[in-house]
Amino acid sequence: MIRNGIVNIVSFFLYILIQVLLLKNIVLFNTAFCFLYVAFILMLPSEMNTMLLMFIAFILGFTIDIFYNSLGMHALALVCVAYLRNYWLATITPQGGYDAGTSPTLSANGLQWFLVYSLPLVFIHHLILFFVEAAGFVLFWYTMLKSITSLLFTLTVMLLFQYLTIDRRRK
Amino acid sequence: MERLLKFIYAYRSFFTFLLLELLCAWLVIENNQYQSTTYFNTSNQLAANIISKSQSVREYFSLRDINSELATENSVLRKKLDQRNQLLYAMELKNFREPALINRFDYISAKVINNSTRYYKNFITINKGKVHGVLPGMAAISSTGVVGKVKSVSDNFAVLISLLNIDDHVSSIIKRTGHYGTVQWDGLDPHLIDLKYIPRHVELKLGDTIMTSGYNAVFPEGVFVGVIKSFKLNEEAQFHTIKLELSQDFGKLSFVEIIRSNLKKEIDSLEQKTIGEPK
Repeated sequence: MIRNGIVNIVSFFLYILIQVLLLKNIVLFNTAFCFLYVAFILMLPSEMNTMLLMFIAFILGFTIDIFYNSLGMHALALVCVAYLRNYWLATITPQGGYDAGTSPTLSANGLQWFLVYSLPLVFIHHLILFFVEAAGFVLFWYTMLKSITSLLFTLTVMLLFQYLTIDRRRK
Repeated sequence: MERLLKFIYAYRSFFTFLLLELLCAWLVIENNQYQSTTYFNTSNQLAANIISKSQSVREYFSLRDINSELATENSVLRKKLDQRNQLLYAMELKNFREPALINRFDYISAKVINNSTRYYKNFITINKGKVHGVLPGMAAISSTGVVGKVKSVSDNFAVLISLLNIDDHVSSIIKRTGHYGTVQWDGLDPHLIDLKYIPRHVELKLGDTIMTSGYNAVFPEGVFVGVIKSFKLNEEAQFHTIKLELSQDFGKLSFVEIIRSNLKKEIDSLEQKTIGEPK
């Protein structure tokens, strides 16, 4: 349990550093952004309290906001994801339920389940983020395009990270 | 009362959710104010240090371009200075001095450590701050044109609102005809920008030069903005729909100059006296 806590704290800072030093500079086709830090909230243990989850999301989003000069936007989107996460997890419980103390990851539940789990949550995050940034629906289709291409980009990077870390977890 | 408390306790996570989202929304709105005094952005000492470290790595790859750009600018400026001196001699004005007017603007050179062009609201972080005399509301230009305005400053860093920010307006003038308009970005293409409020009787040409008007005392007049790339006039519209090609390539921005207008206070207080408080 304590070991898991330390791993989570270290990966909290790792996600922030990867996001602001690396992924912030990578934008494909001028429309596809990668917000990998959402994965941190998605990967926290399944039975974690929603309140705690939201506070962690707020702090993480706020830190990302400082580097993006967009005070409040990332925090707003991420808190929403954190709130919805546990309800969504309860809705799509696989047969036999979740193992106690595990995280809802690709290795634990398989690719198909993981896509069903992460796709809507990441999409909600991107929609909120881009529409709040556009401050309304004037640029509706362009903002939609941004959200969808970013969704694909973020999910791809997220899956790659999952596959890269699977073996180490099993050992 | 007990029921109410029980109700709140039962839905505590929902209420925490509402509270946090309201807090975030308040932060977003607060941050939209032009010239906020917040420290929670990249002018923050720690954040700026991390970013400038990563920028200094990236910079190595573009050093050659930056150098040649600066060298070209130097030679152009030197030529201009020479021409101006010749002109002054010819007009026998060399001894004419009005210090307040000659020193109307001070220039502070700064390095860009963070820049974006792909969001709707883009910001630029520079490595000069309060210590160097940078204050919120000052203008930023580069050798090729308008860059933006200072939004917030810390001791050693400052955040600029880029011209590529859907909230930024700059008063501009068409050089050939002398008509005034407002330049504002539409959030789509980082090379194009809109020129608004040019009345329909004005006859435009492709390639007309747009410069700052100097009407708001932030920008000096005559700073290059761009040239007209396309324009059209809708049947019932009051104004032309004009697209400008920006003279500044924001993707390559590496050095900017902050302009300190020494007469701004005087102009502002005079206008306030005659027109009243700005709304």
